Amino acid sequence: MTTKEALYNYVLRLADDNLILAQRLAEWCSCGPILEEDLAMTNISLDLLGQAEDFYEYASELNGEKNVDELAFLRSEREYFNHLLVEQPNGDFACSMVRQMLYATYAKHLYEALLKSRDEKLVALATKGLKEVKYHFRHSSEWVIRLGKGTAESNLRAQNAVNELWRYTDDLFEMNATDKVLITQSIGFSLKDIYPLWKAEILHVIDAADLAIPELGNVITGGINGMHTEYLGHILAEMQFL
Amino acid sequence: MTEEEKLKRFNALIEQDEKIEPKDWMPDAYRKTVLRQMTQHAHSEVIGMQPEGNWVLRAPTLRAKKILLAKIQDEGGHGLYLYSAAETLGMDRSEMIQQLHEGKAKYSQIFNYPTLNWADIGAIGWLVDGAAIVNQVSLQRTSYGPYSRAMVRICKEESFHQRQGYEIMATMMNGTEAQKEMAQDAMNRWWWPSLMMFGPSDKDSWHTQESMQWKIKRASNDDLRQKFIDKTVDQAYVIGLTVPDKDLKFNETSKHWEIGAINWDEFWNVVKGNGLCNHKRIAHHIKYHNEGQWVRQAVLAYSEKINAMQSATSL
Ligand SMILES: [Fe+2]
Ligand SMILES: [Fe+2]
Ligand SMILES: [Fe+2]
Repeated sequence: MTTKEALYNYVLRLADDNLILAQRLAEWCSCGPILEEDLAMTNISLDLLGQAEDFYEYASELNGEKNVDELAFLRSEREYFNHLLVEQPNGDFACSMVRQMLYATYAKHLYEALLKSRDEKLVALATKGLKEVKYHFRHSSEWVIRLGKGTAESNLRAQNAVNELWRYTDDLFEMNATDKVLITQSIGFSLKDIYPLWKAEILHVIDAADLAIPELGNVITGGINGMHTEYLGHILAEMQFL
Repeated sequence: MTEEEKLKRFNALIEQDEKIEPKDWMPDAYRKTVLRQMTQHAHSEVIGMQPEGNWVLRAPTLRAKKILLAKIQDEGGHGLYLYSAAETLGMDRSEMIQQLHEGKAKYSQIFNYPTLNWADIGAIGWLVDGAAIVNQVSLQRTSYGPYSRAMVRICKEESFHQRQGYEIMATMMNGTEAQKEMAQDAMNRWWWPSLMMFGPSDKDSWHTQESMQWKIKRASNDDLRQKFIDKTVDQAYVIGLTVPDKDLKFNETSKHWEIGAINWDEFWNVVKGNGLCNHKRIAHHIKYHNEGQWVRQAVLAYSEKINAMQSATSL
């Protein structure tokens, strides 16, 4: 794999995470528990769509053949490199907020690490994305705490969400040949570096929310290698309708 | 001040084109009428999120998806803004929503029509927002201060929506045969309902008289409708769309487009609940409102806990 090929794969991975999560959040449109929150979720979805567009533009530059929409819409399921977490169904409001908190915390540390990349364009996109995901982190972690500490029912729902989604968090830190190439070129970095930061921050929120991390026997990975849960196919079928 | 003096002062304010503010005395009927109109307007913005939301996940390009999502967000924002403005008349949002669910409060009939193809998103922006703007520009001069200010703020965004909708239609009319057909089909389905958005003809509208006297309404249904027709027919021709009205003709003396007869039976049939989506729109709103109840309870419980903690520490 050449450096350029690796960079292309990597940028697609970033773009796909943003697009698929944006699509999931857009499902909340007109379905929120209060109008304010309906709008807040649309707002986050819009931010992520904007980031996806930026990354696809860069990928398109690197690819030289496909334009942004061809990249975003016209690939098959096995060619999407997003993480499993972002394709998981919205579930209830607690589930969507926990998913958002887990992902935003990850994106925050990822973008922060990318600020040191040798690739200027990646630095620029990470800088732009960082501002937004910091806000998404604040919004979602405040909600997780509010739900965790709210009523018995909201605490239970938040805990169920953590239990359900925790199995997809290892997948966020998987690396493959793409990462290897980029790390040797000082374009990428090892996700092992940010794992402890991510974990500490998540634990902090979970703790503040009177929730707990589950003891899980199973861990599911595969997203960055184009192996997905069955949900992605349905997201794509709807997205690729036209 | 006696009741009579209060009424005199109120009438004088209306007479001098001054705004009525929440703290001002106002006749009960005025309060009721403005409240009814504002809640109906707020509900319309919110229910209108559904037909457009129907295409968010299926928008054909990233750019189109962003524009549509942002537009729907604007509409929800208009709803929020109008709910707060309506609350100045002494009813809170939860009660307004309850009235909507019970069928006591209405929303614009236009949203009981389905969005069946992507061109419908263009048609809604261009025709529905286009019609809404004509109405809302006129309402910028409405006599109730908070409503008037809400309209000034909202109109700016609506004209964006109208342009973006028109752009979708223009793009499709420039595209393949299938796209042109879709655009014309959307035009055929949305044209007449858009004209009906202005409400019954003046001679059949019993609300109009009183509302005009109190300057809640500043122009008649028919005048507003004509304004919309005149600006929209030309726009249709420019991009090659046919207006689905065989009687449509330009009157050289009045310089206005004259339309054929509006099928008011269809309008009243939809008002009665027989539109393709009446049932779905309300059922959807009720479903998600009810599903969100535990979240609203959690918010309340959490803020009570925080307050209790704060007052405990301040002791
Ligand atoms: Fe509107
Ligand atoms: Fe609006
Ligand atoms: Fe609008």
